[in-house]
This record gives sequence, C-alpha cells and structure tokens, in this order.
Amino acid sequence: MSNKILSIKDLKVNYGGIEAVKGISFDVEEGQIVTLIGANGAGKSSTLRSIAGLIKPAAGSIEFNGDAITGMDTTQIVKKGITLVPEGRKIFPDLTVEENLKIGAYMRKDNLADDMNRVYSLFPRLKERSWQAGGTLSGGEQQMLAVGRALMSKPKMIMMDEPSLGLAPIVVRDIFSIIREIKEEGITVLLIEQNANMALKTADIGYVMETGKITMTGKGIELLENEEIKEAYLGKHK
Amino acid sequence: MTKKKKLDKGSLITIIIAAALLIVTLVLENTINANSLLFTVIRKGAVYSLVAVSMNLLNGFTGLFSLGQAGFMLLGAYTYAILTIPTDIRDTIYYLYQGAGFRFSTVDFFKNIFGAEDTAGFVSMVLGVLIAIIAAGIVAAIFAFLIGLPVLRLKSDYLAIATLGFAEILRAIFQWDKLGKVTNGANALRGYPTFSDFNITDASGKIVFRLSSTIPLIIAGICIFVIILLINSSYGRAFKAIRDDEVSAEAMGISLEKHKSLSFCISSFFAGIGGALFAMFASTVQAKTFTSAMTYEIFLIVVIGGIGSVSGSCIASFLYIACSEWWLRFLDNTQYIGSFKVPLLRNGFRMVVFSVVIMIIVLFFRHGIMGNNEISDIFNRKKKKIDENGTEENKMHRRLTDNEK
Repeated sequence: MSNKILSIKDLKVNYGGIEAVKGISFDVEEGQIVTLIGANGAGKSSTLRSIAGLIKPAAGSIEFNGDAITGMDTTQIVKKGITLVPEGRKIFPDLTVEENLKIGAYMRKDNLADDMNRVYSLFPRLKERSWQAGGTLSGGEQQMLAVGRALMSKPKMIMMDEPSLGLAPIVVRDIFSIIREIKEEGITVLLIEQNANMALKTADIGYVMETGKITMTGKGIELLENEEIKEAYLGKHK
Repeated sequence: MTKKKKLDKGSLITIIIAAALLIVTLVLENTINANSLLFTVIRKGAVYSLVAVSMNLLNGFTGLFSLGQAGFMLLGAYTYAILTIPTDIRDTIYYLYQGAGFRFSTVDFFKNIFGAEDTAGFVSMVLGVLIAIIAAGIVAAIFAFLIGLPVLRLKSDYLAIATLGFAEILRAIFQWDKLGKVTNGANALRGYPTFSDFNITDASGKIVFRLSSTIPLIIAGICIFVIILLINSSYGRAFKAIRDDEVSAEAMGISLEKHKSLSFCISSFFAGIGGALFAMFASTVQAKTFTSAMTYEIFLIVVIGGIGSVSGSCIASFLYIACSEWWLRFLDNTQYIGSFKVPLLRNGFRMVVFSVVIMIIVLFFRHGIMGNNEISDIFNRKKKKIDENGTEENKMHRRLTDNEK
C-alpha cells in the first residue's frame, strides 16, 4: 500500500507572531501510524492544528485524499474525514460520556447506534460510565473518551496531540495498544508525542521535528536505534 | 436523554406539577379576590421566568456572558405595543407628535375580517395579540443577529460590556424625539391589549370568567417548553459543548460562529416575547423602564436559580418576584412595633436587603437553588443510580431506546 492520504508541502505556520513551522513537507500513507516527535516548541502542535483547520497556515499546501484542504474551515475538514484529538484531552466536563460521544458525531446525521456500540466495545470502561459527567472520569478514561469521541465522526485519519500527556506509564501502554487497534481497523493515525520511545515503537514512520523543521525521517524502529535520537529524546548518554 | 420516544418518570412528574399549578391558578383566579398581590406575582413571575430561561440559554447553556436582555425586551415590548394599539386611539396617544406615524394594528386587521363584536371581537383580539407577540420575538432576533455579527467575536466580560452598551444605546434611541412619530419619544405607549383583556366578559362588560393570570403562564410555559426541547436536541448539545470547551467543540466540527449566533438569536427571540408579555403585564410601555438594572435583576434570578438549570430559573423568578413585590414590601415603609419605630426601614431599603441576599448567595451558594439539575433529575436520580451500576436489563433497554432515536 503506498497510497498517500495526506501530503504536506512547504507548510509554514505563524503562531503568535513567531514562525512556528518553517516550511515542512511530509506524506502520510494510508493505513499507517505516522509520528512526529520533537521537543517542546518544535512546531508539532502547530502542524496538527493547521491540518485540522484550527489555525490558518501562512504558506504551503495540505492535500488530503487528493483534495486541497489548505485554509479550509474545521467543519469542512471534519466532514472530509480528519479528526483531531486535542492536546490535554479536552473532553466536555459537564456533559455525560454518552453526550460527549454524540458530539463527536455532530457532523453526521445518520444512525449512531452501531458506532456507539463499536466505541463501547473498544472501551468497555466508557460503557460502564455512560451516564457519568465527563469531568468525573480519571485521566486515562478521559483520554479514552477523547479518542472514542474522535472515532464517532468516522474519520479516515485521526490525529492525536500528545495522548500520553500526564498519564501513568501503565495507562500510556493501554492508550498505545488502542492506537494499534485503530490502525487495525484501517484508520490512518498521525501522532505527535514527546514520549519518543513509545511513539517510535508503535509507529510505522517517524519524523523528527526541531525548531520548526523536519530534521530526520525513517522507519519507527530505525529511528529508535539512531544514536542522535537516543541522546536527544531517549535520555541515553554515550 | 430517552425523552424523545418515551418520557422518563421525572419529566412526566414535572409536566404534571406544571399542569397542576396552572389549574390551581385558574381556580384561585376565579374564586378569591382578584386584586390580591398573588396574581401580580404570578403574572410578573411568568414573564420573568421566560426572560430568565432565555438568558440562561445564553449564559448557562452556551457560555456566552451577555447582559443585553433588557435591550431585547425593550425591542419586543415596543414592537408589540406599536403593532396592537387600536388605530382609532393612536392619535390621542401620540398627541405630542401630532398623531401617529404608523397606523397599522394587527388587532384591527383581524377585527376587519372577523368583525369586532362579542366572540368574533375576542378571537380577533387573541389572533392579533399572538401575531404581535411573535413579531416582537422576530424583531428582537433580527437585531440580535445583526449585533451578534461583530459582538460575538468577543469573549466573557468583553461580550457582557458590549451587550450592556447595546441595550443602553437602544434605550436612548427609543427616547429620541426624532423617532417620536413611531416610539412616542420618552412618553408611554398604552391602550393596547393587556392580560386583563383576556378575561371573558358578558354583554354588559361584567367579568364572567377570569383568565388574566393563566394566560401569561400558558404563553411563558409554551415558550419555555420549546427552549427545553431545543436544549435536549443536538443543537443544545452543541451549545453545551461550546460552553464546556470551545477548542474541542471546534475540533469536532461545530462551527462556533454559527452556533453562537444561533443561540444569541434564539435567546433574544424569547427575550423579545418576554418583553411583549412584560408590556401586557405593565399595561404601559416606556423605554426608561428597560434599564440595565432590569438585566441585573434577571441575571440575579438566573444565578439564584442555578446557571444551567431551566427549572431553577423558573422557581427563582417566582420567588424573586414574590419577595420584591409582596413579601419584602414592608421593608420600604416605616413600620411600628407597638410604639417603637423600626430603624432603617424606608423607601429603597428593600434593595439593600436584596443586595445582602445576593452577596450571601454568591459567597455561600454559588450553585444556586438547583445547580445545573432540573426538577426531572431529582425524580430520576434513583433510577439513574441503578443505571450506573448497570443491571444488564437496564442497559439493554437503554440501547434499545437509543437505537430508536
């Protein structure tokens, strides 16, 4: 399979007056897990947010499934099949778990029951708590809810912004096994992470971002073996 | 959420309570002294509940802190009055401006079709009033849409200041001499149908059946019911999502601009209707009554009732109006206990007590009477707990009802 689902060329994003992304190009192939890793302020989040249409890129082009989606509204982009799981989960704390999931499917007007059941079978925990307010869930459960909510829009590609943020290591492992399950279902995953170790182990392809530029590319496992990366992100000293 | 196909127990009980209260009002109105302050409280309370619920839709359910409610009520009240004043008395009302500039009355329009006598006259009046009430809402909603275009880009306090400013400007414009032909300047509009015109009279003009307190309850009740339906629809869910987290809501594909504007327009629509009802309650309309103090009063009701609770807003408005119009009246007059003159009691002292009450509520009862619960939640609580623990049967049932949707 070498069908490019997402193709980004010379993307530049300004964020709060500074150039956060300084012209990056990369492709995502359908059905793969692709990860962008890098330190704080490398421009990973800005890249994701501009793909999702939450911020408008300053220059460059974004193509999804052959259509140019550069500078489109988020509403259009969600309809095309891209969903973002925002950083810090950002579930709706006062809505019940079920309402949270229904909001995820807001752009669709068809029958939700099947998808609801699918999400519940993926996350049995959420089913147990379907009547509870989202804000009362634990961090891990909230992350599951955020992922479940994104799945409700039936995306072709799901983008995750730091899904492991602030979670216990055992929960992080759960989250990553879910990411692999999502891939099994044929959904492309674009993942950004600071937890480079986990991200590279899971991903098919990894890109390393530094101060707004992509500095390294490779298969996930290969990057994991790379000495420079070990030093910079995995905390191994020579 | 299983409301659509099958009413849950709580909603059913709520509806029964509401219907019972309505019947009690109807019976009381026709049995006890009609001049009792109780009926003033019921009428004004009904009007204020509607406006408070409309404000709650904006502040409590969409998270937009707006203080323009009095402005939209003013639009509604004037629209209603201007549309319904009988054409033959218009010139006497607008005498300072050498007669009215606008000579169309919905009531007269229907009277010309159906006739002005007896039952036909009454039906024409009711139709004319209904049309004018809806027009009042529409005018308010149109203004809300236009104002919303620039103003809804603002957030929290800034939005509040902008909407408050709009309401004040509107009040000034309506008092402007140049518009006197239409608005009667700073003078009152009167002579239009009020709640007491709904009392059914016999040929000699003697009242045979009173409806003047039941009618406002019915109109406000219908409007509030529509708002509840809206809140429980997918639009309502989107509003709540925006309140909870704008970024996430946008990431889910909810267009912030569109939904905020929608919520603002709908809220203003019902505030406009509330304004029309207020005009019917007060029997005169004057721009100077729709001050920012009125908005604060309504906001206070929303806070006391619980931001995000429709039933809270309704309960609080009746309590608030009862206190201010009835139970706390004695604070405004000098009182004697035997020969001892109680100190501090004089005109305006009521508001001092009120301010203290507000402070106590803000400090100690931040969630108000109902928090963000509804009356139906109280009755459903027991059932809900079983659901959370999850007997298989319940879950099956829930899934089934969801499928039906």
